[in-house]
Amino acid sequence: MYAYNDFDEAFVRERVAQFRGQVERRMDGSLSEDEFRPLRLMNGLYLQLHAYMLRVAVPYGTINPTQMRQLAHISETFDKGYGHFTTRQNIQFNWPKLRDVPDILEALADVEMHAIQTSGNTIRNVTADHFAGAAADEIEDPRPYAELIRQWSTDHPEFQFLPRKFKIAITGSPNDRAVTKAHDIGLRMVRSADGLPGFEVIVGGGLGRTPMVGKVIRGFLPTGDLLPYIEAIVSVWNLLGRRDNKYKARIKITVHEHGIDEIQRLVEERFAEIRPSYSGVDQDLLAEIKQHFASPVLAERSVDAFEAARRADPSFRSWSDTNLAAHRVDGFAIVTISLKKPGATPGDATAAQMRTMAKIAETFGYGELRISHEQNVILPHVHKADLPAVYEALREADLATANVGLIGDIIACPGMDYCALATARSIPVAQEIAERFEALKLDHEIGPLKIKISGCINACGHHHVGHIGILGLDRAGVENYQITLGGDGTEDMVIGDKTGPGFAYDEITGAIERIVLAYLGERLSPEETFIETYRRVGIAPFKAALYEQGETANAA
Amino acid sequence: MPSTFTPKVVTANDLLEGDVVWLTADDRWSRDMREAELIDDEAHADIRLLEAQSQRSVVVGAYLADARPGATGPEPVHFREMFRTRGPSNYAHGKQTGI
Repeated sequence: MYAYNDFDEAFVRERVAQFRGQVERRMDGSLSEDEFRPLRLMNGLYLQLHAYMLRVAVPYGTINPTQMRQLAHISETFDKGYGHFTTRQNIQFNWPKLRDVPDILEALADVEMHAIQTSGNTIRNVTADHFAGAAADEIEDPRPYAELIRQWSTDHPEFQFLPRKFKIAITGSPNDRAVTKAHDIGLRMVRSADGLPGFEVIVGGGLGRTPMVGKVIRGFLPTGDLLPYIEAIVSVWNLLGRRDNKYKARIKITVHEHGIDEIQRLVEERFAEIRPSYSGVDQDLLAEIKQHFASPVLAERSVDAFEAARRADPSFRSWSDTNLAAHRVDGFAIVTISLKKPGATPGDATAAQMRTMAKIAETFGYGELRISHEQNVILPHVHKADLPAVYEALREADLATANVGLIGDIIACPGMDYCALATARSIPVAQEIAERFEALKLDHEIGPLKIKISGCINACGHHHVGHIGILGLDRAGVENYQITLGGDGTEDMVIGDKTGPGFAYDEITGAIERIVLAYLGERLSPEETFIETYRRVGIAPFKAALYEQGETANAA
Repeated sequence: MPSTFTPKVVTANDLLEGDVVWLTADDRWSRDMREAELIDDEAHADIRLLEAQSQRSVVVGAYLADARPGATGPEPVHFREMFRTRGPSNYAHGKQTGI
């Protein structure tokens, strides 16, 4: 992975020193909250419902064992012994004290980490396919491009006061695991007619209060034009984007208001203007960055031990059925460590669990770890012969839950248990749904199903693109949960359809159960997944299951 | 028609710790809502809020929250304020520690 050079090191240290001074001035009263707030947000520090929250960047979800151990150390020294991995591949600490934050940032800098641009109206941490560098379907590892964008966007003088925040996602595979169509800019690697790698550039996607599927602004962009083209997009939006209304400031609204054709014209015009100013330095830098991301040497070995363990141990077999993905090298697998044990908080890991994952990555995984936007942790390169030992080590740390991609693998934002913006709780809803289906022992029978929960309209929990989406709202002083069905976060992104009136906190799990039972009744065969059934039969049978039965129950 | 004023408490987050605090009648910031001053006069509420907001090196984000009298002191009306009195529901952290 990328290693800091002297410039990066000095830059991050200088920011820590600046912030230390700012915190001191805040504490002695020489800075007011209004003056301090933008400064703390530039360094990822929020004030939430019960405490401060520090959001630490995990650039494009890539993290090494030393960094993971440092996060464990920080969580024990300055927090409550755990961290929360987010849908933007970052980690959040929920309980830091203001006076400790400069020390936390210093401890992060010691392992080449920071919290810069994890908040504010800037270009945020670039997110990427969590299987990057390992996936069987990948054209090229997208992370060198993500790192290039990170370096270019960090403290970029033109883009520090954008109309609103700006999020870029990148995938090196045609199969989109990075939800690129729900980002301000999505970059999906494709090949040109003559086989060259390049990007399909998508613009104006987003969830939130006005969900929009991103639109293709350039079908094929040569990789060498990436930075000037992105710069052209951000630059056009920076001038056109609305600063009068924060709800209309995101580029999705700009694209919607002006039309993709007009935006495309302006971007191409701007691109033609700035392209010549790129002397090729960016490409030299990219070549240098690429060396940091060279694949480890993946040695060929027998997979007999893996096959034997599958035959001998049903729980290992079950785990390897759900938690492994196809690796580009025969004999290897991509392991997803589920942070979704039924009843646990989606995305949370204790310090001990972080250390276990670090150790497993070192021992069996070439020192590589990734954070997924689905709030799990990935070991991208594990030889299948080592999987029984990996499974055993995970089991000892309570990390061997075999539910990736199943109903219990729910993504949920922190909701009103932590977040100052939330209108309802998300975490206990996720906990209860996962526990209900665990008790019913139906998760494998149900098969692939993505439930996504947000505790407010800002949609950090990606509810619009959940096969079943749940949105928590405040309806006249009571928590109320609105359901959407049929959402899809892949390259064929679809915004889910609202079912109708929402459900109370104590009704929502039952409502989800009725939807799932309706699916089991409607599907043509066990092979037809929930989303396939939904696409075939539409919303009607699910509405009937949700509301007609409910009315009968109310009448009884 | 002017709406009737409903009782309020002044609440904020502590600057250093970040945790939830309420303003008491004797000008302390308490971690226990039951100690808060329950204000049923609109003009007085405005003055107390101004006084709270002026303590800029003690608290952050002071505001008036609806409250009602309870057996042991003011109680929250809205569920958000109820969560603020006790902390998150997934762990016994925050104010639940020791309850």
